[in-house]
Amino acid sequence: MSVGRREFLRLAGGAALGARLAPQDTAGADPLFRPDMVQQRPNATTADNDPIVTEIERRLKCMCGCNLDIYTCRTTDFTCTYSPELHKELLALKAGGAGPEAIVTAFVAKYGEQILMAPKPEGFNLAGYLVPGAVVTLVGAALAWVLLRRAGRARRDAALAEAEAAKAPKAQALRVGSPDAAELERLREALAEVED
Amino acid sequence: MTLLGQFCLWLALIASAWGAGVAFAGRWRTRPELAGTATASTYGVCAALLVAAACLWKGLFAHDFNIEYVAQYTSRNLPEYYVFSAFWAGQKGSLLFWATILSIFGATVQTVTSRRHAELMPYVAGITNVVVAFFILTMLFAANPFERLPFTPEDGRGLNPQLQNPGMTIHPPMLYLGYISITIPFAFAMASLLSKRLDTGWIHAMRKWTILSWLFLSAGITLGMWWAYVELGWGGYWAWDPVENASLLPWLTMTAFLHSVMIQEKRGMLKRWNVGLVVASFLLSIFGTFITRSGIIASVHSFAQGNVGTFFLVFLILITIASSALLYARWPLLEPEAELESLASREAAFLFNNLALVGIAFSVLWGTLFPILSEAVQGTKITVGPPFFNRVNVPLGLFLLALTGIGPLIAWRKASAANLQRQFIVPSVTGLVVAVALLAIGIRDGWALAAWTLAGFVLGTVGQEFWRGIRARVKIHGESVLLAFNHLISRNRRRYGGYIVHVGILTYFVAFAGMAFKVTQEVTLSPGESAELKSPYGHTYRFTHLGVSQYDQLNRWVSAASLDVRKDGVPQGRITSEKRQHKDSFGRNTFEPSTEVGIWSNAREDLYVVYAGSVGGTDRATYAISINPLVMWVWLGAGILIVGGLITMWPGGAVVGSRRRTGVEAGYQTPLTDAAIGSRPEGAGIGS
Repeated sequence: MSVGRREFLRLAGGAALGARLAPQDTAGADPLFRPDMVQQRPNATTADNDPIVTEIERRLKCMCGCNLDIYTCRTTDFTCTYSPELHKELLALKAGGAGPEAIVTAFVAKYGEQILMAPKPEGFNLAGYLVPGAVVTLVGAALAWVLLRRAGRARRDAALAEAEAAKAPKAQALRVGSPDAAELERLREALAEVED
Repeated sequence: MTLLGQFCLWLALIASAWGAGVAFAGRWRTRPELAGTATASTYGVCAALLVAAACLWKGLFAHDFNIEYVAQYTSRNLPEYYVFSAFWAGQKGSLLFWATILSIFGATVQTVTSRRHAELMPYVAGITNVVVAFFILTMLFAANPFERLPFTPEDGRGLNPQLQNPGMTIHPPMLYLGYISITIPFAFAMASLLSKRLDTGWIHAMRKWTILSWLFLSAGITLGMWWAYVELGWGGYWAWDPVENASLLPWLTMTAFLHSVMIQEKRGMLKRWNVGLVVASFLLSIFGTFITRSGIIASVHSFAQGNVGTFFLVFLILITIASSALLYARWPLLEPEAELESLASREAAFLFNNLALVGIAFSVLWGTLFPILSEAVQGTKITVGPPFFNRVNVPLGLFLLALTGIGPLIAWRKASAANLQRQFIVPSVTGLVVAVALLAIGIRDGWALAAWTLAGFVLGTVGQEFWRGIRARVKIHGESVLLAFNHLISRNRRRYGGYIVHVGILTYFVAFAGMAFKVTQEVTLSPGESAELKSPYGHTYRFTHLGVSQYDQLNRWVSAASLDVRKDGVPQGRITSEKRQHKDSFGRNTFEPSTEVGIWSNAREDLYVVYAGSVGGTDRATYAISINPLVMWVWLGAGILIVGGLITMWPGGAVVGSRRRTGVEAGYQTPLTDAAIGSRPEGAGIGS
């Protein structure tokens, strides 16, 4: 069986790391009866809980197909082999002095834009962000405009009707018993409430 | 059994095709005997599909692994209640479940609908038969649940461990019931267009079906959130996954319809819009199934993908064309009977409510499909995840929440300035008091602050509405407050049930905002070691690892890790999270180990503990520990919403019944004082 140079280095590095960490990992602990029945995890470190790290990981998608961000995936789907590796890669970049934006840029350069949990608001992606809000705003404005126009028309119609009613004051008075303006307003409001 | 099941599917297909054909031909040729046959065919289809469903269940419980579906989703050692729910665990069973339930609904609607709507019923039978026939066709030609294997395996593959959860026995059927029952309002809408009976008759005929469907969808979505929360272990309940989005879309349009239909009933307006909303809801329910079953969009929830996408796409296109053409043909008959008179009116508030709901539906659909669009336009794959959806939808959601409080405060037709002032004072002050209190205790998260303030405003609105009604009854009838409350609801169930639904919705928003203050920590502990986590309320929790115990249980090997919990030094008890390695009946491992979260829930916060795994094969354990504020209110909100929904659809309490009982004639003689207005349950309210 032939092993490539990269594969050899990865295996050798992993073995060396395992040999270095193993004695510390399990200090003060007893072996499980069936260790094969549960996932094996490394020790959680301060860096794993670093708010800067978790914040960056929430912006980046795990590439295992779970649709979750790296942080959620590595702390949820403990069978995923991608998110722990991406986490390590991120920690290495941070240890190398890269800031959050530089780390995100490095990930995009390596894995493509689909590693971002939300597309950058630039170019065609702007349509993604702006179209829903723009549609709702435009339709809302159009709706308000139509309503205002109709309200104006209704007011004009009411004024016309009032003027016509004024031409026949006796008949009107006979029908409604000459209510004053305040009484009419009170009745109108009361009816509106009853209609609620 | 498979032979009988297969035979029944063919029988149901023939019966539904016949039923659909004679329904339309009978009405077209004005031959009532043919139309009557269509109604009878719905019962035949239902009977045949019930027998087919029984055959599949028989195969599942008999462990007939020669049936491909049984071998794929069960094993001999699967607990029986999960064998039962395996019926809808895969695509083929889901389709049979869908067709069977729809046929039951189709037969029920023919039985229970009043004779007043007899003219619509053959068309309703025809439409439901068309939809049932589509599902049976899909099963027979693309996803047959009775397909046999060329050999018989010793044991089945078993059920995905994530589906071995009590929530999964009830969440999918509930959601399916919601999706499926949308067909009935759709059938009535199409029947009204086909028969040209475009008065409010079809709305009255299908009102309860609409609410029922909406309730099923609400319950199904919330149960899905609960399942995701307790089973997936990521500490949240909504991830804007395409499957979740697909379930939300018809819920949003149905909610819009439930509001806008009131304008049609009251003022004879928005007829076209209402038909459009019902059609859109149905199409979205099919579309949701299409995008999640076809595999065009990746989803963490797609347990049941297959090759039925083409069938759904063709059906979707055909139904869209047919319903659009019909709506276009009847467009002139759907003229509004009145016009909106003022921007300050209940009608306008409902219109903006519809705008917000449909706007959110559009933005969810847009976000779900944007990766496909982007790839087509730019040639690059992108991801549209929770940050996108939250950014776009949170403002729209808050706008909707505000309208939930504003709508009931504005009078129909036109509200005067004095009326507005009087109505808005209490809710505005309530909202303001909430905002000041939150700022005083140090809440600085803008979105959470806005959500809770608006929730206070909505609560003020609902409280004011109830208080005015109760006060009036107490004054007029001398009832106690409790009795007045009871009578207020029972005499106008639709109005006050609706307000209770609004309380459920605001409770959801309060709970959603709480998650902005979630805290999480990953720790590794040996037995006896401790870690501390500060709650958003200021308490300090101390978690001490007690150890890992391992044992055999049912169809799995369990590794249970336990933590002793102290809150500010006071012992609280022990919380346990598990890893489960499932096995088949020969003891061979199946699937990867799954997680069972340890959850302690109270009104303020959830302690959420996940046993992530063992370190170096020892009882040294890595945990993900979270404190999730206000999660319990999501489930309580659902409960309130469902109670409110049930009240709105409960029989009786309407104006006609009340008048019949009391013998009160139309019109009224009492003076129009505030007290008298509040005491007029018979004639008042949107439920009248």
